[in-house]
Amino acid sequence: MKYAVSAALIALSSPALAAEVSHYELENGMEVVVLEDHRAPVVAHTVWYKIGAADEPMGKSGIAHFLEHLMFKGTDDLAAGELSETVTRNGGSDNAFTSWDYTAYYQRVAADRLGLMMQMEADRMRDLEMTEDDVKTERQVILEERNQRIDNDPGALFREQTRAAQYLNHPYGIPIIGWRQEMEQLSRDDAFNFYHRYYAPNNAILVVAGDVDPDEVYKLAQEWYGPLEPTPGLGERVRPQEPPQLAERRMTMTDARVAQPTVMRSYLAPERDPGDQTKAAALEILASLLGGNSTTSYLARKLTFEDQTAIYAGAYYDGASIDDTTFGLVIVPSPGVPMQEAEDALDAAVAQFIADGIDLDQFERLKTKLRANLIYAEDDVEGQARRYGEELALGLSLEDIEAWPDILQAVTPEDVMAAAHEVFDRRRAVTGWLMPEMNEGADG
Amino acid sequence: MKRFAAALVALIWFTLPVQAAVDVQTVETPGGIKAWLVEEHSIPFTALEIRFRGGTSLDREGKRGEVNLMMATLEEGAGEMDAQGFAKARDDLAASFNFNASMDTVSVSARFLSENRDEAMALLRQAIMEPRFDADAVERVKGQVASILRSKATDPGDIASEVFYKMAFGAHPYGSDDNGTFESVEGLTPEDMFAAKDRVMTRDRLYVGAVGDITAEELASLLDDLLGDLPETGAALPETVEPALMGGLTVVPFETPQSVVLFGQKGIKRDDPDFIPAYVANEVLGGHGDSRLMEEVREKRGLTYGVGSYLVSFDHAEMILGQFSSGNEVVAEAVNVVKDEWAKFADKGLTQEELDLTKTYLTGAYPLRFDGNGTIARILVGMQMDGLSPDYIKTRNDLVNAVTLEDVNRVIKRLYNPETLTFVVVGSPEGLQTN
Repeated sequence: MKYAVSAALIALSSPALAAEVSHYELENGMEVVVLEDHRAPVVAHTVWYKIGAADEPMGKSGIAHFLEHLMFKGTDDLAAGELSETVTRNGGSDNAFTSWDYTAYYQRVAADRLGLMMQMEADRMRDLEMTEDDVKTERQVILEERNQRIDNDPGALFREQTRAAQYLNHPYGIPIIGWRQEMEQLSRDDAFNFYHRYYAPNNAILVVAGDVDPDEVYKLAQEWYGPLEPTPGLGERVRPQEPPQLAERRMTMTDARVAQPTVMRSYLAPERDPGDQTKAAALEILASLLGGNSTTSYLARKLTFEDQTAIYAGAYYDGASIDDTTFGLVIVPSPGVPMQEAEDALDAAVAQFIADGIDLDQFERLKTKLRANLIYAEDDVEGQARRYGEELALGLSLEDIEAWPDILQAVTPEDVMAAAHEVFDRRRAVTGWLMPEMNEGADG
Repeated sequence: MKRFAAALVALIWFTLPVQAAVDVQTVETPGGIKAWLVEEHSIPFTALEIRFRGGTSLDREGKRGEVNLMMATLEEGAGEMDAQGFAKARDDLAASFNFNASMDTVSVSARFLSENRDEAMALLRQAIMEPRFDADAVERVKGQVASILRSKATDPGDIASEVFYKMAFGAHPYGSDDNGTFESVEGLTPEDMFAAKDRVMTRDRLYVGAVGDITAEELASLLDDLLGDLPETGAALPETVEPALMGGLTVVPFETPQSVVLFGQKGIKRDDPDFIPAYVANEVLGGHGDSRLMEEVREKRGLTYGVGSYLVSFDHAEMILGQFSSGNEVVAEAVNVVKDEWAKFADKGLTQEELDLTKTYLTGAYPLRFDGNGTIARILVGMQMDGLSPDYIKTRNDLVNAVTLEDVNRVIKRLYNPETLTFVVVGSPEGLQTN
């Protein structure tokens, strides 16, 4: 009880305001968002395209990510590699990332170099150039990247297989980096076809965060991005959707490189939608209570403290997704615990969680933490910029993004239980066992 | 559009790097604890970084892994609280405490709100001064360490490190995994935890950095309460050791599609007068995305996703290390390219243009490091442990700018030796054998 007082204190203090946010749209349809933070003379300049791996043509898996690599080749004005070199010469760092739902480009540099960053980023939005040689060499690089991220890591191969089993029809089942045999065939034409259509100001969001004046940013954005031609006729992002899942899917994977057997369960789950984020908020709270902390969450207490069935047990959920996402459970059994026993213990713990109802102290503790995180997040304006960029690229509005912390705070224990009842349906799940050898599971 | 290029060049060459806007105060508490502080009152929280020199290298003979296990068990119960109770108390305050162990240091990284600073520090004090090391907690964390050891045993990158460090440092503490072995960890007891703590967390090797919503006076009183009762002195630090890297290549057979390669040779001490030129030199060879190694191995040939090299200056040994991964069918070619580049670098050094570009990069990038309270607190402690003064933040770019082509090429001749560049390859590489 000693600490109840301080928890109440946090509850009373008004939630900290995030960085000052400005928003406008250029005439060619490009959205611009500015987050101010004047503590250090630094700026993050980020451009988010509303295009990702789930928007690829059939048979061209990996093209969104491959194009992201090729964007570092030249333009009509910049030699191959010159953009990154220029960022480097200015003391900055740059990178890019591709997800199923968006592709983003990022530079972090002294605030007075913002115009130069825009000049180069605007240039490669419409005027990319690359030779057949560039494409051939870079294709080797992405194949090595696949080797490094996926093929050399049995856990990554297992997650890739689980996802492929989870999505029968939706392209979320296809890995972002691509299936190897399709990656090997990706061509310069494939890259350009994708690029010319989707890399356009009316399909892009500019998020600038740091020591900048919003009016100045707007002026620079008009100067550099303003003249770019939009792509006409870009419609809604409609992907093939999942049919109702009627039967549980199970898979067993063995790999000699596996040191630590794992049982993973993934359920199809709803995502955050514009104007409709309450169910996702309840699922996020559910994931935190159930498995968000390796000491105090329900699964950790049950399975690693009380029973010691597991070395680790957790739950995860990410509602930031355009289409149906997943809610996951994972258990790493203690040595000697057979796979079936671990899976059963996991299921029993989840059933017990639902039977027990929400521990109200834990529930309050989590709400306190979420409020405090708003204060800590102020120290990381670039993290906030990533959040705004990602969520805008998913089609959420600024209002949705700003309302999210309040929607999380408003979740009730009843909401969490309702979400649990809805999501934990084995008919909508994939269960995977990852093991070093075949025989370990058979005797379970 | 020719003007475009001209404008770019002008921007690059005529803008000066910004200054890091960090005002460091040095604090000495009434109890004699020294700390560096940056006050930053705009957000109501503080980041506190506490480190002790020595780290896992102070494990006793036959008890490899004790310091690592001790740090991992510190948060598993303190005072009247068991592990669950401690975690709940911490979460009630929305504070975070991270306890880490590495070869040369153990660290405590804390983040806490202004509104409950006193309670958060009272709780952290219990973890540091009154840990319980309950037998069940120690056993549980031992299980986690064993799980890590099992995973590392089948991870090609971890296997490469294990083999490389053993080759370089043999029986010295740097030569073995500081998680310990299955046998050594199995034998550790709660008593070992108490002993390990008193060997490493002591006043005579303490370094502190704080950044955030706290004044010098408040920090001083906080530190005396938090750390004042630690033992005065700890265990003797390990001996200096010369890495036994004689050149050659070792293949560790492992069934996986991509080989992981570690390479390295002898390095340079952090307090060597040639350290800054050496740092500039490495930056050109393998320090960032536009380095020679990246250009030759990735950009020109597509043999890897990434390759880099680093100056590794431990407290008691120095190396220049590098790493990359390449498919088994092309890894031999990639190794040859790295060898050739190393030899060319040692022989010819770098050009005036490369030096100028690298200086612009390094001096421009330096102020951008000072980003966020926690990051700055860690930099402040790192500087103290490297024996630098707070002024270094202001003079560091001058040191970089003062490096001449003659300097850097002299240092490259002194330092880089392709004959001793030693490779460890884990995988099923085609056309490579141990030699």
